[in-house]
Amino acid sequence: MAAEGQRVDIARALRDAGVTALIAFGLFLPLIGFQTVTDIRNDLILTTRWPLLFAITAIVGAGRLAYSFGFEPWLNQRALRPVQAAPSAWRSFVGKWFVPFAIGFVIVYPVIVIALNGFGGSVKWIDNFGIQILIYVMLGWGLNIVVGLAGLLDLGYVAFYAVGAYSYALLAKTFGFSFWILLPMAGTLASFWGILLGFPVLRLRGDYLAIVTLAFGEIIRIVIINWVDLTGGYAGISGIPRPTFFGIPFNANEDGFAAVFGLEFSPLYRTVFLYYLILALALLTAFVTVRLRRLPVGRAWEALREDEIACRSLGINTTNTKLTAFAMGAMFAGFAGSFFAARQGFISPESFTFLESATILSIVVLGGMGSQIGVAIAAIVMIGGTEIMRELDFLKQIFGPTFDPTQYRMLLFGFAMVLIMIWRPRGLIATRAPSVFLKERKSISVDLVKEGHG
Amino acid sequence: MTTPLLSVRGVKTFYGRVMALKGVDLDVSEGEIVTLIGANGAGKSTLMMTVCGNPRAREGSIAFAGRDITHLPTHEIARLKLAQAPEGRRIFSRMTVLENLQMGATTAEPAEFERDLDRVLALFPRLKQRIGQRGGTLSGGEQQMLAIARALMARPRLLLLDEPSLGLAPMIVRQIFDAIRALNKQDGLTVFLVEQNAYHALKLAHRGYVMVNGLITLSGTGSELLERPEIKSAYLEGGRA
Ligand SMILES: Nc1ncnc2c1ncn2[C@@H]1O[C@H](COP(=O)(O)OP(=O)(O)O)[C@@H](O)[C@H]1O
Ligand SMILES: [Mg+2]
Repeated sequence: MAAEGQRVDIARALRDAGVTALIAFGLFLPLIGFQTVTDIRNDLILTTRWPLLFAITAIVGAGRLAYSFGFEPWLNQRALRPVQAAPSAWRSFVGKWFVPFAIGFVIVYPVIVIALNGFGGSVKWIDNFGIQILIYVMLGWGLNIVVGLAGLLDLGYVAFYAVGAYSYALLAKTFGFSFWILLPMAGTLASFWGILLGFPVLRLRGDYLAIVTLAFGEIIRIVIINWVDLTGGYAGISGIPRPTFFGIPFNANEDGFAAVFGLEFSPLYRTVFLYYLILALALLTAFVTVRLRRLPVGRAWEALREDEIACRSLGINTTNTKLTAFAMGAMFAGFAGSFFAARQGFISPESFTFLESATILSIVVLGGMGSQIGVAIAAIVMIGGTEIMRELDFLKQIFGPTFDPTQYRMLLFGFAMVLIMIWRPRGLIATRAPSVFLKERKSISVDLVKEGHG
Repeated sequence: MTTPLLSVRGVKTFYGRVMALKGVDLDVSEGEIVTLIGANGAGKSTLMMTVCGNPRAREGSIAFAGRDITHLPTHEIARLKLAQAPEGRRIFSRMTVLENLQMGATTAEPAEFERDLDRVLALFPRLKQRIGQRGGTLSGGEQQMLAIARALMARPRLLLLDEPSLGLAPMIVRQIFDAIRALNKQDGLTVFLVEQNAYHALKLAHRGYVMVNGLITLSGTGSELLERPEIKSAYLEGGRA
C-alpha cells in the first residue's frame, strides 16, 4: 500500500550524496589534504595527500548514498511498524535466562581463557578484557544510580573514582592498612564527597547540574595535581600495596600465595584473584541497586526523575533523596577507585580526566538509562572495543607501520554513538522494568512499602 | 464544629511581581466537601498549590488541623495527611499503576498498604485491570482516577482536587464525582474541590466559593450558589452539560 511512498527518490539521493561529499571535501581539505612533515634537516615542509583526500571524499559520498538507499527506507519502515503488544516467546525466554547465563559465564570466564590459552597467554585476556571491562561495568552501574534512576546528570563522576583511588593509595602507604579495611573507608570517603557535592547542586537540574558536576570533577583533579606534598602531583603515587589473599601476598616468596598452596609461582594467580574481586564488587553494585529499587528510597529516585513537584507533594523529602542518590553512586565509584589503585599499584591524575567521566556517562546513556543489563552490554562493547583495537596488528600491514588503531578510538566511539542514537534513541534497553507486580502482592513485605525518609 | 480543618486567612501569593492571590479567606471544616469555582486564570490552582507550600504565601496565614503550615516545607505538609491530586495529574508516567500507588503511600503506615490498596481499587475497579500498566499509557480518565487513588493511598485527612473533570467525557466525570461523594459519605473524607465545571461541582459540594481575579467574591452553600443569578449567567449558562 505504501509502496509509492517507500520508493527511494533517486535524484534526491544523488543530490544529497553530492552535497555530503562536497562538505566532506571542504572539511578534509585542510585536515587531510595538507600535511606538515619534518624533513631530515628538521625543517617543516608542507606536503599534499590528494589521493587520500579524494578517496575519503568518495567514501563519504558513497556512504550517504548507501544511507539513502538502505538505511533510510529501513528507518522509515521501522517507524511505521506498530509497536508489538506482547513480547514473543523467544524474547521472554531470553529475558528469563539471559542474566543467570551471563553471570555464569563471567564466573567461569577465567577458567575458559586458561583452558584455551594456557597460563602464559591468559593474563592479557583476563586483565585487559575481564578486569578492565568489569571496572567500567561497575562504574556504569554506580553512575546509573545517579543518572539512570534519579535522573541527575552528573558529568564529574570520575571525581569520586579518584577520591576512592587516592584514599586507598594514601592510607595504605601511610598507615599500612589492608585492602579489606580500606575498601569500605574509600567508599565512605567518596560518598562523603558525594554528599558534599550534592548540597550546593540540589536546586539544579539538567544542564545546570551537568555544568556544576563537570566543574567539580575538574576541581578534584586540579587539587590532586597541585597538592604535590600529599598526592605527588603529576608524578602520581607509586608502590601502592597490592591486595593480598586474606593476608597472603601474591609474590614469589616463601610466604607467597603460590608457595603456601604448593603451586608454581605465576603472576596469573593475582590477576585471577583481582578478576574475581572486581566481579564480586560489580555484582554487589548490581545487587544493591536491584534491592534498592524495590525499597521506598529507590522508588523515590525513579519518581524524582519523572516529577519532582509530584514527589514533594506526596511527602518525599527530595533533598534527602537526591543526596542519597549522590552518596550511593559515589560510594560505588569509591570502591572501584580503591580497586583500581590496588590493581595498578600506581595512580596519577591522568587516570581521572574528564574523558573518563564522559566514557562512563556514554556507557550509561548508550546502555539505556536505568537498565543494568544495557549498561553492562554498553561497557563490554565500548571498553572491549578499545581493547580489541590494540589487537588489530594486521591493519599495520595495510596502512603502514605507523598506523595505530587505538588513535581512531574516539572516532569510532562517536560513530557508534550516532548509530545507536539513530537506531535506539533511548539506549540499547529503553524499557524500564517495573519493580513490583500484583501477583507478588501477598509477598510485599512491610519493609517494601515503608515510608521513604529519603 | 469548632476550628475548621483548613483555614486560609488573608493569603497573598505572587509570581514574581504579579499578585495572583490578593488576600484570600477560606475555610474547610471536617467532613465537608467544599468547592472553589472560577474562570480560567482566576487563581484557583495557585490557591491550592499555596496551601501545599509551593509557591509560598507572601502574606497571610494557612492553618491545617490547628497547626500553622504557612512556612512548612511541602513534603512536611504532605506528612500532616494533606494530599492532593494536582492540576495536570502529575502521575509518574514510566512507573506502573501499582508503583504509582506505592508512591502515594509514602506517608502511610506500611502495615496498612494492602488494605488501602484494596480500598482504592474497589473505588476505581478500572485501575485494578490496569495495575501493571505504565501510567503514561493510561487514558485521560484512568490517569485522573490514578491521581486521586494515589492521593488516597496516603489516608489523607483532607483531599485537594484540582479540576478532576478537565478534558474528560461526561460519563467518566460522573464516575469520578460519584467516587468523591462516596468517599465523603462513607469514610467522612474532607474534600476541597477546585473546578471549572461549576454545575456539577456545586451540586456535589456542601459549600462553595467563587474566585475572580485572585479574590473570593461569593460564598455560600452549594444550592444557594446554584440559585444566584450572577453565577447562573457567568458559570452555568450553556455549561450545564
Ligand atoms: N508558574 C507561574 N508563573 C507565573 N504566573 C503564573 C504561574 N502559574 C499561574 N500563573 C498566573 O497566575 C494566575 C492564576 O493562575 P491559576 O492559579 O493557574 O488559575 P486557575 O487555576 O484558576 O485557572 C494566572 O494569571 C496565571 O497566568
Ligand atoms: Mg487551574
